[in-house]
Amino acid sequence: MRRHLLSSADLSADEVRMLLATAAEMHEVQRREVKKLPTLRGRTVINLFFEDSTRTRSSFEIAGKWMSADTINITGKGSSASKGESLRDTVRTIDAMAVDCLIIRHMASGAAHQVAQWVDASVVNAGDGTHEHPTQALLDAYTMQRRMGDLAGRRIAIVGDLTHSRVFRSNAITLRTLGAEVVLVAPPTLLPSGIDSWARADGLELSAELDEVLASGPDAVMMLRVQRERMSGGFFPTPREYTVGFGLTRDRLRALADANPEAVICHPGPMNRGLEISADAADAARSLVLDQVSAGVAVRMAVLYHLLAAEEVAA
Amino acid sequence: MSHDSLLLSGAAWFGPDGTARAGDVLIQAGRISEVGRVAAPSGTERVDADGLVLLPGFVDLHTHLREPGREDAETIASGSRAAAAGGFTAVLAMANTSPVTDTGEAAERVLDLGRLAGLVDVVPVGAVTKDLAGAELAELALMHRSRARVTVFSDDGRCVGDPRVMRRALEYIRAFGGVISQHSQDPDLAGPQACCHEGELSGRLGLPGWPPVAEASIIARDVMLAEHTGSRVHVAHVSTAEGLDVVRWAKARGVAVTAEVTPHHLALGTELLASYDPVYKVNPPLRPTEHQEALREGLVDGTIDAVATDHAPHARHDKEHAFVDAAFGMLGLETAFAVVHDLLVRTGRMSWADLARVMSIAPARIASLGEHGRPIAVGEPANLVLVDPAAGLTVDRDSSQSLSRNNPWHARSFTGAVHLTILRGRPTAREGVPTAC
Repeated sequence: MRRHLLSSADLSADEVRMLLATAAEMHEVQRREVKKLPTLRGRTVINLFFEDSTRTRSSFEIAGKWMSADTINITGKGSSASKGESLRDTVRTIDAMAVDCLIIRHMASGAAHQVAQWVDASVVNAGDGTHEHPTQALLDAYTMQRRMGDLAGRRIAIVGDLTHSRVFRSNAITLRTLGAEVVLVAPPTLLPSGIDSWARADGLELSAELDEVLASGPDAVMMLRVQRERMSGGFFPTPREYTVGFGLTRDRLRALADANPEAVICHPGPMNRGLEISADAADAARSLVLDQVSAGVAVRMAVLYHLLAAEEVAA
Repeated sequence: MSHDSLLLSGAAWFGPDGTARAGDVLIQAGRISEVGRVAAPSGTERVDADGLVLLPGFVDLHTHLREPGREDAETIASGSRAAAAGGFTAVLAMANTSPVTDTGEAAERVLDLGRLAGLVDVVPVGAVTKDLAGAELAELALMHRSRARVTVFSDDGRCVGDPRVMRRALEYIRAFGGVISQHSQDPDLAGPQACCHEGELSGRLGLPGWPPVAEASIIARDVMLAEHTGSRVHVAHVSTAEGLDVVRWAKARGVAVTAEVTPHHLALGTELLASYDPVYKVNPPLRPTEHQEALREGLVDGTIDAVATDHAPHARHDKEHAFVDAAFGMLGLETAFAVVHDLLVRTGRMSWADLARVMSIAPARIASLGEHGRPIAVGEPANLVLVDPAAGLTVDRDSSQSLSRNNPWHARSFTGAVHLTILRGRPTAREGVPTAC
């Protein structure tokens, strides 16, 4: 495969399918009593997280450990700029320790792209600002595919704060790459700028009416986290108004089930129960929220395998 | 090396009415003493100007020379070298240094350091408000009364956002014929993190957007304040079609407004940001094609008065942060002529007289610089530039006279180059290399 995973757009449909197939094998390994594979023995993987993360960081760490890599976590709050060191100096310092892979989470969009220009190690984007989160999109696709089969032609709604969501950006790309229909639902203030031409170019459907979209019987509904802080930015007036317009409430859960009895619900977490998703929806049998978490490790094992080990195996 | 007299033999130039002239130009004691067929006195340095075009020396309304405060990025001396190499005979040095140029003493210091470098007239711009804080007026009249004779005031880098402060400043400087060069950017519509033209690309890249309305709404407010106060406002680095439309409307109405555009807003587009390379991070941001085209049209039709570089040197490490954290700005002094010539003159959209107007005559008039932007005629001050319209130029950031390397034009090629810059009769740069002074 390639050396870095920076954007979901880096991956062709064949590459996504290959990664998902590898993830399925890795998922089987997780069921064994002894989970450790020797695949990345002697390799060093650094989790470089400039922003808080629990699930993404721990799942990358577990993924590395189960493949016998030496994994090290480096966390730092705030940008390196605020500490007087340039991002380039920070990452080149780490790179100079002959690491094989840098998994980077940063609050600034594009940080992983920039880092990839500066280091010799493979770089995995574990979330850059409001830009992308490609491994999240892979694990979402993996989770949905396990439940629903091939995603080509499936209708998937992504609902919520699209403006600030890297999960949305990566998911829209990966889902379209796999041939799914994608419909975006958000209040106008939480639609990214230029979304009209963007949606036309990428074949995304737009709607401001969640009820209409649910009535159309989507195969999956992906609810995005809405940060309460967005209110102070004037993006919406009150949580109550947001929930009435765009929350997956108990009533809407019923409407979804009526329109498509097989429909599933996803959420990348952490959930704001009662704001964008009701407890009934979060805990419903059709909710894949915990499956997503469990898939996270398998998918990240697959990514590390293809970036760091596959070429050797092939050779 | 200093010659009392200089003969430019076989130069071509253009009168203010656009008529082509050709012949020799003799410069003595800092002024043009003879034109036509000249028999030079002995000891005169002769410059073969065959095939070259003689223009009034360029005047830049907008440079950042970083001294005092960031002498690691640029000094008045290094910025002067870059200016001379780029064909400039006068540059206005913005006030956002550390400390800020907000007193007469600070302005005189900039003036004196410029004179010491001796390659270009360094004209200090005074801050509109103390410490650029946007709250209290700086000592505008004391700066004007100082030896620096400050007439252009700007909080550039920041917008004078408070309408009451802007109104008072405009009223106050009217008394001595000052002008406010406004960084037109409503801080509430384009916040401090805004770093990409707001549109599809900023949406895709997840970069905070800077919408055209943040520029146009401030220009609209300011031209109405200029009309109300009877004072003069200058729009720094206009970057949007919407902002340009407001300027056009105000000019038609008779408001005393002028505007400048940068070479990079004319020639570089938003799409470059897809690389997340901070060399392309500038404020206002690079805009999409339709805005670039509108700006070119605005420059050609006279709505935009001047080309200004917004030369903004930065130390390497200040550009090696994540994109939103990196410093705003790019170099421009050494490349401005080549970019504008290649884009607009070589393609026939502008004449040489137009080029002289936008790069010299109009900016000199806006800044009230009586000795610059003058006609090429006997008795006029010899602040001149000789350009070679056929020379090829490939930009190499590492051969820049600037101390900084944030050059967005690196590795690009242009047709047209500055051959010789002359300040008060003395060559200050030859083929991109400043003379020792």
